[in-house]
Amino acid sequence: MNTSRMFVFKPMKSLLTKCTRATVTSGLRRLACTPSSCPRVCIVGGGPAGFYTAQHLLKAHPAIQVDIYERLPIPFGLVRFGVAPDHPEVKNVINTFTQTAQHERCSFHGNVTVGKDVSVEELQQAYHAVVLSYGAEGNRTLGVPGENLSGVYSAKDFVGWYNGLPSNKGLNPDLSSETAVILGQGNVALDVARILLSPLDVLTKTDITQPSLQALAASRVRRVLIVGRRGPLQVACTIKELREMVNLPGNRPDMLSADFQGIAEVLKDLPRPRKRLTELMMKAVQERPAGAPLTSRQWGFRFLRSPVEVLPSPDLTQTAGIRLGINRLEGSGEGARAVPTGETEDVECGMVISSIGYQSLPIDPAVPFDHHKAIIPNAMGRVQQASGLYCSGWVKRGPTGVIATTMNDSFDTARVLIKDMETGVLDVSTVKPGSHTVTPLLQKRGVNPVSFSDWEKIDAEEMKRGTAVGKPREKLLDVTEMLKTAHS
Amino acid sequence: MSVVSATYRLHSISKRFIRSLSAVSAHNSLKTPSTRHRVEACIRNRQFSCYPRALRSENKVTVSFINRDGEKVTVKGSPGDSLLDVVIDQDLDIDGFGACEGTLACSTCHLIFEEDVYKQLGPITDEEMDMLDLAYGLSDTSRLGCQVCLTKSLEGMTVRVPESVSDMRQSDFGTTSSSS
Repeated sequence: MNTSRMFVFKPMKSLLTKCTRATVTSGLRRLACTPSSCPRVCIVGGGPAGFYTAQHLLKAHPAIQVDIYERLPIPFGLVRFGVAPDHPEVKNVINTFTQTAQHERCSFHGNVTVGKDVSVEELQQAYHAVVLSYGAEGNRTLGVPGENLSGVYSAKDFVGWYNGLPSNKGLNPDLSSETAVILGQGNVALDVARILLSPLDVLTKTDITQPSLQALAASRVRRVLIVGRRGPLQVACTIKELREMVNLPGNRPDMLSADFQGIAEVLKDLPRPRKRLTELMMKAVQERPAGAPLTSRQWGFRFLRSPVEVLPSPDLTQTAGIRLGINRLEGSGEGARAVPTGETEDVECGMVISSIGYQSLPIDPAVPFDHHKAIIPNAMGRVQQASGLYCSGWVKRGPTGVIATTMNDSFDTARVLIKDMETGVLDVSTVKPGSHTVTPLLQKRGVNPVSFSDWEKIDAEEMKRGTAVGKPREKLLDVTEMLKTAHS
Repeated sequence: MSVVSATYRLHSISKRFIRSLSAVSAHNSLKTPSTRHRVEACIRNRQFSCYPRALRSENKVTVSFINRDGEKVTVKGSPGDSLLDVVIDQDLDIDGFGACEGTLACSTCHLIFEEDVYKQLGPITDEEMDMLDLAYGLSDTSRLGCQVCLTKSLEGMTVRVPESVSDMRQSDFGTTSSSS
């Protein structure tokens, strides 16, 4: 087909000119700077924020050396462990990250836990600047009785389980009940609902882990309620994820038309994104089939409800339901507040998944942390009252936004850092050793870092295992096995 | 990995082109899900353009891009190429452009068109609108560069790269993880 020839051959023609250009540039670079006198920056966290920050630093400065430290032996953070397995397109950003990691002035150091294996202070001694891009590994808790019952999971853990995060390997969620309740109406909530309800033949073609695929194959969950404390005009999900729910094969929406009374009248005054999202929801309400054949699975939003208590089974060990407080809205639009009415209702369910947001955690006593906002206090990415420290991504602005948000946010931090170098706010006149002192320090402490080419061995092994079972990848689930493969 | 993504790796020639070459030979199946939308967009477009491939070099289309800093760059592309193809091929320096590699999974190739040009661009799918809804600086004449393919009738058009400064973000909307 013509298109395939075009895609393959078109870039070739510019290959030679670009290579020539690259050679010339690197020649100039060598004249400008010897490796020992180059500015050295390290980034803590090998997820999207870390890689986008590195990408812009490398582009904006012709001599800067960038080292990325990552706790796991594998790179890419939430692109691997957060993005849903049925969204392979989003994972294309990995190609750009790989180019960054393979850049001659960039190196990846996996299997290094900053704050434990090496302190932020030690990194500051070895580098001119340290960028904290370690994301949000905690989750907000519900703070209601029964939260610790069997059958209650955080969405973060559930997502980590089906995406192969080593620490969630043993989650073994109980999928034996008919109804699951998800608290929260963001995109993570919709990802979880979609994975719970997707036909198995869709999931088998993804890189979802084999143990979770088997568990989902035996799942008896038929109905998923997605609960939010505010109304239809305040849902936090984006339209792509909602459209996927509306179009999910073998499923039908189960919405309550009463929830949408009066919404049609305010539609015309809404900004386009909110208007289209609301219209799609209303379409789902109307499409609730009256005489249409009933499919076995269903999903629906439940609005103006906050969790009050997870209700236990008679033997007090299992989740048997959830008591929801009924709210009313005060104010309107994006800023409307949910106010409890004092009334409650009970919903029978054997599974509760709390998807009310991720949360950043402090990494090191030497780094300021705003416990109320759960971010590192910063001005445009400069950590407050800590010269030479920067931050980007979720730890900078909180755990929201699509990947483009993190990209722009990380570029902003990189720009600020480069500007500080140029204006002398950040002193780069002294020689810093970078990984030349950090790596021996780590080895002395019994830590064996994983390089990017080590990761490529894990990558190759996962692709091989994937091919064997007809999937794009079969992820290694165990850190020990990852390390064994990396250092083979 | 798809041919398209392998192709993009090829494109960032700044380094390792030999490794990328082997990537192309290793990944020779075009119709992976990740390339689907791009291919569809360009096939759709070709039905209108119908240029014999042999003549394409004589039928280049001139396009001007106004970058975020106001700088105007004028380049040529082939009919049937998407504007994302043009940006990649011509190595235009637009930060973060085309992060998902033309698979309708992000809005980083958002471009703003002149009104009369916008009207000529043909139908827009719900899926493209969905992604545009998350774009910074969304306008009435916004499209995604990966979904707009060149035709001879677009000769001489000027497209603008929207600004992506922090205060234009829709911070309360388009979240991935917070509840409502």
